[in-house]
Amino acid sequence: MRRGRGLWWAWFGGAAGAHSKEAGSSFLGKMAAPLMLILILAVTIRAALYRSNLADLIAERVEVVSPLTAWKRVVEGLALLDLGVSPYSGDVFHETPLIIYLFHFVVDYAEITFMLADVLTAVALYKAVKEYNKQVFRKQKFALEADRYPLDCLELIRTPKEMYYIPLKVATFYLLNPFTILSCVAKSTCALNNAVIALFFLATIKGNVLLSAIFLALATYQSIYPLSLCAPALLYFMQRQYIPVNYRRASFWWFLAQYAFIYLGSLFIIVGLSFFLLGSWDYLQSVYGFILSVPDLTPNIGLFWYFFAEMFEHFRLFFLFVFQINVFFYTLPLSIKLKDHPVFLMFMQLAVISIFKSYPTVGDVALYLAFIPVWSHLHRFLRNIFLVACVLLACSALFPVLWHLWIYAGSANSNFYYAITLLFNVAQILLVSDYFHAFLRREHHLSYGLYLKRKDGSEATLVLK
Amino acid sequence: MAAHRRRCSVVLLSIFSLSLINVAHSQETTAPAGQYVSASVDPQTETAEKKAEQPAAEGRWEETEVGNMDLGDAATETPDSLSHENVFSPSVSEPKHDFREELVIRPLHSGDIYASFQFRTLWKTNFRENKVSHYRLFPKSLGQVISKFSVRELHISFTQGYWRTMQWGQPYQPAPPGTELWVWFQDSVTDVDGTWKKLTNVLSGIFCASLNFIDSTNTVQPSASFKPLGVGNATDHRFLRYATLPREIVCTENLTPWKKLLPCGSTAGLAVLLKSEKLFHSSFHSQAVHIRPICHDWECKATSWELRQTVNVVFDRHISAQGKREWSLFKMFSRTLTEACPLASSSKIYVDITDSPQGEQLELSPPTSLLSQAVALGDRRTFSVYDLKQQSTFGMTHSLNLLIRWKSNEGDMLRPLLHAERYVAGYGLHMGEIHTLMYNNHPYRSFPVLLLESVPWYLRLYIHTLTVTSKGKDNKPSYIHYQPSKDRVRPHLLEMLIQLPPISVTEVTVQFERALLKWTEYTPDPNHGFYVGSSVISSLVPSIVAMDTNMTQERPLFSSFFPNKEESTYFTRVYTEPLLVNLPTPDFSMPYNVICLTCTVVAVGYGSLYNLLTRSFQVEEPSPGLAKRIANVIRKMRGVPPL
Repeated sequence: MRRGRGLWWAWFGGAAGAHSKEAGSSFLGKMAAPLMLILILAVTIRAALYRSNLADLIAERVEVVSPLTAWKRVVEGLALLDLGVSPYSGDVFHETPLIIYLFHFVVDYAEITFMLADVLTAVALYKAVKEYNKQVFRKQKFALEADRYPLDCLELIRTPKEMYYIPLKVATFYLLNPFTILSCVAKSTCALNNAVIALFFLATIKGNVLLSAIFLALATYQSIYPLSLCAPALLYFMQRQYIPVNYRRASFWWFLAQYAFIYLGSLFIIVGLSFFLLGSWDYLQSVYGFILSVPDLTPNIGLFWYFFAEMFEHFRLFFLFVFQINVFFYTLPLSIKLKDHPVFLMFMQLAVISIFKSYPTVGDVALYLAFIPVWSHLHRFLRNIFLVACVLLACSALFPVLWHLWIYAGSANSNFYYAITLLFNVAQILLVSDYFHAFLRREHHLSYGLYLKRKDGSEATLVLK
Repeated sequence: MAAHRRRCSVVLLSIFSLSLINVAHSQETTAPAGQYVSASVDPQTETAEKKAEQPAAEGRWEETEVGNMDLGDAATETPDSLSHENVFSPSVSEPKHDFREELVIRPLHSGDIYASFQFRTLWKTNFRENKVSHYRLFPKSLGQVISKFSVRELHISFTQGYWRTMQWGQPYQPAPPGTELWVWFQDSVTDVDGTWKKLTNVLSGIFCASLNFIDSTNTVQPSASFKPLGVGNATDHRFLRYATLPREIVCTENLTPWKKLLPCGSTAGLAVLLKSEKLFHSSFHSQAVHIRPICHDWECKATSWELRQTVNVVFDRHISAQGKREWSLFKMFSRTLTEACPLASSSKIYVDITDSPQGEQLELSPPTSLLSQAVALGDRRTFSVYDLKQQSTFGMTHSLNLLIRWKSNEGDMLRPLLHAERYVAGYGLHMGEIHTLMYNNHPYRSFPVLLLESVPWYLRLYIHTLTVTSKGKDNKPSYIHYQPSKDRVRPHLLEMLIQLPPISVTEVTVQFERALLKWTEYTPDPNHGFYVGSSVISSLVPSIVAMDTNMTQERPLFSSFFPNKEESTYFTRVYTEPLLVNLPTPDFSMPYNVICLTCTVVAVGYGSLYNLLTRSFQVEEPSPGLAKRIANVIRKMRGVPPL
């Protein structure tokens, strides 16, 4: 037995050794070429679409742009500034002052900006995932060396070979995802938010506390919801710096205070800077009040619009609280359950945010879908991925169809479109919970063995109890 | 004829003597005073030529004291107004009060007929300083409103139908379809919005109209389009409120309280004609109340309050006259006139006969010898005048049934210099585009217009898509005032100053997005659509003849509504059609279903995550058989380990 394990180890160790030697120089060079190819391909597709007459059509799709992120509204905000009217005095513009300041300078190069944002996101995800995989591999090596895995888990052990292409796949999944392409062609500012979140992810994985907190503050400033990503970031840093997650220990609180200080400090600076850019606090109400109180019921792919259009007026506030708390509600229990796996927690958080946020667009969905290749080792435990994938694809195709029937043809009504948004969200929820289930199950197998037996020796099935 | 002439000369002598007393402007009148008529003073040689050619007409001209005041300049007017009071309204001994009534009938080229009633009550008082409790001619209900809410000017109109400028020309009092209310408050008012809210509710009660639906979502503060029409120079638009209710329907219940404001009610005078069964059987009907302070005398040392009540109505040839080009008072109003309002200092009917001054196209019966000229809407018009204060007007039958008959269908109407139209372009319920077209038909002069658009918040305007084009070229507005909307709080307000080139169409387009509302925010018939009030085009249009810039002189009521600042232009306001825009609607029968279904989806998310968070994986053991379970229970009771 002992010898057998040693043998595998020799094999793995050798492979890993080769891998780590390569990693320093030639590995990057070897991988950079395909990445460049994908980047060029992605930019070409986007540039071609910008030139086609599809761009205008895409820019008006309610699935792609929300009142928060529509490019048309950014242009409107700039036009209002030119007229000498505060963009926040009306209810059309809901971007943050930094965005309007940014586009004040680059409005003529908007297409390049959005392509750059996508490229930046992809590269950040690529680098972050590569680093993460290295850590996963190292951890697995230690676990194997410490004999922590049961004997029959050989097939669950991840090999460098399968992990080799994962970063590239992540970049591809993000860049060539039709959702991302649509979002970029529509110039939805969601792409910028994604870039900030990806940079936050990269900074976190690289262990840079300062940058991580700053990018988190930026992401929060852009759209409140990424606030809940602080939990995975904190867990990750503590794991990395060997700080025990224990509220009785001073080091835990000390680190928490450090992170909170940097986070709040940079948030304060950004908010103050925004105030000085336009000289008024109007934007707080116009951006964050708008996100939280959901006054604009323009249809989108989320759950809020029809629910609050049909809501009885005296229950409105109550349900508003319920739905907004719902987004943040899962953070604490998920953190407790996944405290050893902060990156998976981050994936779960991103998914929960994009499903339950008040003005979701397909750009938000694209961000967490980009993480799917990272969990490719979970695929053997997924239960209904085929069904979910089919539903997601069908819904994506049906969105424009039913929109046309309702808005243009007049042969359907709002319920049709609403039904599709419901189905789309159910599919997303099933997808996420399926990955969660698979992850937990793999962890269970890694500690209890893959082929479990009943007491009577027959093959056992695992159930949740 | 001789008798007429003698009496006329008495009148003119009195005019002459009074004008001598009036030192300031007497020189010009001295020359023609002995004979007659200010025609010789008139700078327009055209009229003089006409007179030379047709001496027969002269006899009639000289009789018109109205002609005097219109053709002449300021010099003749002040004495005339005095003589006017002396001669015609001895009953009104106190100069603080004055009431005049007037009906203008304009036969339209289509064969339709346009009747415009004006009733003016003047009262020299000051609501602000002394507490007024004794009312004579002025209606108490409105007087109390003015003093309670510190109103400086109030203009309200109720209109059914759309004024077709291209077919009918300009109206004397333009008004948009539905209800329009605009009020200037005194600058002593601190809480303008609160006062406005209370005022609309009070007016709602006075006029039996749904003015209580005016709230912040349809009220705007135009910065330039609505200047005060009365005296005073305060133009801080914080004290102005403007609102329209384009969907408001006007009917009898609005007319009855309106008539009660008249000194004679509907029992005597011209108001006898205002019977709702005929009035509302017309293609256009508009009633209005305008309150404003005006100069009491020509030096404008004191101001008095003017209450103008107007009714404008257009009767359709095919509906009311069985297609014949023949109208009578009875056919229009199903009443004839028997007397003037005894309280009125003047009571007159004007019939616009500009197109056939010699009766070649129009025939009036009974014929009248009185003729008058007045400058109205930038043009000099000729009118036949019936003075109801004179018993001879009513003839032997003691009733006046004015008959107007077309002799031929010839003649073309002059195209109005300015008109406008508006429509919504685009398809579907998502985006759309508002197009406003403004036509300048002047052959060689360009003139500026102020365009005001007030669009409800649920059509989200994108101001960066605004384009203004004339003759295929970009026409940049020289002034733009834009106030973006706030959801459920205030509408969009867009005001622009645009120069219209001669003979051109200027097109203003702006894109909008339709919002999905809450289900409780839709009107009872949501698929009918939502109304967007008319856009207002205020303009100084080049006039054909010199306009009178002196506001203090006596003129026929219809020509003295808008004050003139320049001689070469006249002020006019054109309203476009209101828009009817469809919005996407939710399914109104579904609130419970939607709440249940959405909550179910949230619960699916919550449930599946809860499931995974709280439970752990365990090996499923087959459940033992029934016999074994019973045996285990017994063994447990015995204290023996189970099987």
